[in-house]
Amino acid sequence: MISQPTNSLIMDDPAAREEKPVRSRSWRAFWHHPLGMVGVIGIVSIVLFCFVGPLIYHASAYTTNITALMQAPSLRFPLGTDDLGRNYLARLMLGGQVSLIVGFAAAVASMAIGVTYGLISGLLGGTVDAVMMRIIDVLLTIPTLFVLLFLDAVFQPNALLLTLILAITSWFGVTRLVRSEVLSIKERDYVEASKAFGASNWHIMLRELLPNVMGTVMVATIFQVAGSIIAIATLSFLGLGLPAPQPNWGEMLSTSMSYMFQDAWWLIYPPGIALLWTLLSINFISEALQNAIDSRL
Amino acid sequence: MFVYIIRRTIQSIPALIGIAVFSFILLHIVPGGPAQTLLGQHSTPQRIAAINRSLGLNKPLAVQFWVWFDNLLHGNFGYSYTFNQPVLKVIGQYLPHTLAIVLIAVVLSHLIAVVLGTIQGYFRNRWFDHVITTVVFFFWSMPVFWLAIMVILIFSIYLGWFPSGGINFADGGATGFFGYIDHAALPVLVLVLATVATWARFMRSSMIDSMLQDYIRTARSKGLSELSVVFKHALRNSLLPIITLFGLSIPTLFAGALVIELVFNYPGMGLLFWNAALQRDYPILLGIIMIIGLLTVVGNLLADVLYSLVDPRISYK
Repeated sequence: MISQPTNSLIMDDPAAREEKPVRSRSWRAFWHHPLGMVGVIGIVSIVLFCFVGPLIYHASAYTTNITALMQAPSLRFPLGTDDLGRNYLARLMLGGQVSLIVGFAAAVASMAIGVTYGLISGLLGGTVDAVMMRIIDVLLTIPTLFVLLFLDAVFQPNALLLTLILAITSWFGVTRLVRSEVLSIKERDYVEASKAFGASNWHIMLRELLPNVMGTVMVATIFQVAGSIIAIATLSFLGLGLPAPQPNWGEMLSTSMSYMFQDAWWLIYPPGIALLWTLLSINFISEALQNAIDSRL
Repeated sequence: MFVYIIRRTIQSIPALIGIAVFSFILLHIVPGGPAQTLLGQHSTPQRIAAINRSLGLNKPLAVQFWVWFDNLLHGNFGYSYTFNQPVLKVIGQYLPHTLAIVLIAVVLSHLIAVVLGTIQGYFRNRWFDHVITTVVFFFWSMPVFWLAIMVILIFSIYLGWFPSGGINFADGGATGFFGYIDHAALPVLVLVLATVATWARFMRSSMIDSMLQDYIRTARSKGLSELSVVFKHALRNSLLPIITLFGLSIPTLFAGALVIELVFNYPGMGLLFWNAALQRDYPILLGIIMIIGLLTVVGNLLADVLYSLVDPRISYK
């Protein structure tokens, strides 16, 4: 996936600049966008399913039933059982937890690195900026998935380490966006005024620049959540993700592929649909958010 | 023009050195370092010390890098201990199979994306545009491995048109050109489906931009036919940004190919990479990362040069 260049927050219309509740207006635009509503409902439902679901549906995701291997859905097992006779619905619920938590945490961490780097590079400018951006150019030519697999093979990570690895390999894109916005924002009068009052670089970065790039950063974060969830699922699907027995949608799909020729449809579709449901919801939200930010102009 | 190409080539040298530095860092975060990697299960502290001495790994880091970089410049990417062959030779056996599916997929995917994006951009916000936008959005959200599973289910299991994998050159399982096509069809299809969405979205917005330009109004007011306006004036200019996008998307293409090769058991670089990852054959892993990095840099270079050739507005100074 290649993210579309997001429109900046630059407000050239003086009327829009005067008006105060800009933020609430773009929120309203977001909620009025049909995709925004659908996306939020979608993501809330999947979070409820994964985190509240196990509290209501008390079946174990780990207990193996040797008498009930590869059972089609029935009253006892609403989504059937897998090749080890484990309750598939319970596994589906638990399987989303890691993806959602790690995906979100990795995206936030990646943004923290990317935004800081972009702010510093844009604000300082000159040679520092040039060098920092050449480094980004190099990092962008590195095949991320291959590096992820390499690090995964070297470290065999747990959830925390996986979050870090995902964050370290995914922050280059947002840095470019933030930097290019900073380049235009830092020429504005209010930044100049702040400088004239003797504000430190830290103050300018955190108080003047950061709030103004937040819109872009939010869209980029949501994109990155989807990207991280895809990365986690792909790694698990390839058998190099998080260690068993903690279930994961990618790992479930990889197991079910071995039984594709046995018509075990209940093993394939549920994790696939859950994954797609999550990714579509997230992409709907980012689409609506992008439109909402655009419509402020 | 010639000077521009030379200058642009020289500009990509720092990127190449950067990739080398990056790979060097990766190699050194491996527990035990290169010596452990080379020896694998045969490692003893004495052997490690001996190899470290012979490779110059007891020298300062900067010297080590220079020795390693010098080897790279001479085409020495290291030695694979699982294959007992130089890394470059092993990769040379697998790379053509990956390039075959990637190149075919790229051509097909661009053709489809250009057609779809052009029609969408022209009939912006009409029913055709809405339908295609929705479909594209779905494909755009799908992970590659899920697309691969669906394609196998539909074309291999339900319809039975193509094999779901298992191409094997050693035992003559895929004999001749048609055997190859038969086995490569589904991998190519998945790669097309995985990439066409991004390019169609891009092409659509590029086309919408072009249609709003002044020269379109000029062309229309000259009384040119609508077909001529669209294909000769708007489409040509909308194609330009696609060239740059192609250069940038090379790593994504290889990532897609990696997953696809695993699912279809297709003997390309992705399968090689995965097997090497399972066997901790780090020289192969790094070799592949570097080769893809190199291909990306070269691809970006070609894209820039091509762009300058087709867009006369770019100055060569």
